[in-house]
Amino acid sequence: MAMIEMREALNQALKEEMTRDEKVFILGEEVAEYNGAYKVTKGLLDHFGPKRVIDTPISESGFTGLAVGAAMMGLRPVVEFMSFNFSLVAIDQIISNAAKMYYMSGGLYNIPMVMRGPNGAGPRVSSQHSHNMESVFAHFPGLRVMAPSTPADAKGMLKAAIRCNDPVVFLENELAYNLKEEVPDGDYLIPIGKGDIKREGADVTIIAWSRMMSLAKTAAEELAKEGINVELLDPRTLKPLDMPLIAQSVKKTNHVVVVEEGHHFSSLGAQVAESIYSDLFDYLDAPIARVYQSENPMPYAANLEAATLPSVEKIINAARQATYRT
Amino acid sequence: MASVKKELQSLSKDKMVEILEKMLIIRYFEEASIKAYQQKKIAGFLHTYIGQEAVGVGTLSHKLPQDAVVTTYRCHGLSLALGLDPKAGMAELFGKVTGCARGKGGSMHFFSKPHNFLGGHGIVGGQFGIGIGAAFKSNYDEDNAVSFIFFGDGATVQGTLHETMNLASLWDLPAIFICEDNQYGMGTANARAIANTEISTKAEAYGMKGYALNGMDLNEVHSSMGEIVKEVRATRRPVLVHMRTYRYTGHSVSDAGLYRTKEEVDLYKAKDPILALSREMVENKVITEDELKTLQKKIKANIQEALDFSEESPEPPLEELTQHVYMDDVGNA
Repeated sequence: MAMIEMREALNQALKEEMTRDEKVFILGEEVAEYNGAYKVTKGLLDHFGPKRVIDTPISESGFTGLAVGAAMMGLRPVVEFMSFNFSLVAIDQIISNAAKMYYMSGGLYNIPMVMRGPNGAGPRVSSQHSHNMESVFAHFPGLRVMAPSTPADAKGMLKAAIRCNDPVVFLENELAYNLKEEVPDGDYLIPIGKGDIKREGADVTIIAWSRMMSLAKTAAEELAKEGINVELLDPRTLKPLDMPLIAQSVKKTNHVVVVEEGHHFSSLGAQVAESIYSDLFDYLDAPIARVYQSENPMPYAANLEAATLPSVEKIINAARQATYRT
Repeated sequence: MASVKKELQSLSKDKMVEILEKMLIIRYFEEASIKAYQQKKIAGFLHTYIGQEAVGVGTLSHKLPQDAVVTTYRCHGLSLALGLDPKAGMAELFGKVTGCARGKGGSMHFFSKPHNFLGGHGIVGGQFGIGIGAAFKSNYDEDNAVSFIFFGDGATVQGTLHETMNLASLWDLPAIFICEDNQYGMGTANARAIANTEISTKAEAYGMKGYALNGMDLNEVHSSMGEIVKEVRATRRPVLVHMRTYRYTGHSVSDAGLYRTKEEVDLYKAKDPILALSREMVENKVITEDELKTLQKKIKANIQEALDFSEESPEPPLEELTQHVYMDDVGNA
């Protein structure tokens, strides 16, 4: 075990997988000579050379499409989006090509490809640089969507994503890159589709992923002081959702809060709630409470930005509401 | 370029017959598919290749097994030029499990793994990245493969062409960009959509070579593409080839073609590449009239077999509905 930052854990995953399999290569804006906009790819150019660590021009549609074609021919590309906001420029390549190829070719061409980078709000970057994309990508059959909340998860999950034979959207978070925690040494995988209980509790299940899990952890500590014993569930993979784990926890606590950073309408959080209502209605003692971003583009002003985003306080209030402790 | 006609005559009789045969297979396949569509055996979109056969066959007769090919939704012709079994093609149009994409792709999404045929693609300009990705893989593996990227004139004004030509030139990718200019993007004449209709000149902007060929002339396409493919294979530099051609039918079967005159269509039909090649082969005694008739009859019979096969084939079983969404089974998907 070593204490390392999220960015270093991701870097280790990339390095180990590129060492293990020569077909794995990484491409994206500033990934090589600049060592990555957020230093996730630091040192990889020196280690693997320019053939496998490739700086691209600002052509998201072009290089994402290139990765799809390379994957069809047997390579295993890792595409870094400097931010998932820029994935929108490549959305046709991701949805019409990467997601649909295996199916529409009748199983002839699978796409072993990872698209990764920071998702969600950065600090004070306003409307066009703060999108939460998980609901968009999770909507389309053919894509896997993963979003780690801890350095240890990030490493094992990225390694599993790279070994996956299907396209994986791997959502990191700019504000979590410097999160420092213990990470196991060496080779380990966290399987796609497997969630994790981050804290055991009996009164209410808070389901959260990515940076929201950090907020939920703080909220759980506060709630414990009020006598509300929180179970924290991180699905880790957002598609497919680990419904068996969710069922196990809901059957235990009978109260649920779903926390997401994105907007509430047509969202992944709405899907999690719907799945629980459909499968586990009889185990609920209260309506599911939800925490989400307000329905406006991200404003720049500090006070408005804070008012837009979920917070520890909003999670605490939701948990009180779900357990009738308001 | 060397004299075109001489070059073709230097080919063996077998090779010439093979070329003619491929063009006839495409023509008869497409004619049969239109008929089957009218009989409601085929539905959805149906974009036929009739009139453009010289482009696909003349180009792809230079394809080596390791090369890759990608194209648009007008993909039946190229698949057949590569050697796809007409049965697998027709069954795909019929939505049968024996089709080349198990009935899941349909008219716009033919695929063939043995030919590295990376698909017909339904979004205009969506296939460029795939094409340069195959070229990238060739350099990555240090083999000598090239990538054939076909697209229509309508796609020349999509950003993806310009992004991928930039990438291909920047990274020395062996990509052959082939514009099949049938002069209309659906019902819009090129002059109404493209600021510069001399497509080959766009290559210069990316430091690439550009070529303009008569896509209605099999001899010209075959001989010129022979040299161009050889050049790309050796230099690993991408090129852009503009071929003027024509589709006799509408953009798709639902297109009445009111945006062009019957005279214009007849003008091109008079220059029909299959007619011209057949005539030339007979005149030069490569084949006799009788041999030509026998060949035509044989191919018509093959296409009829493909129709019968497709008719008799089963639809995909319902279990297929959720198969091939993902390759890996991760349990609770």
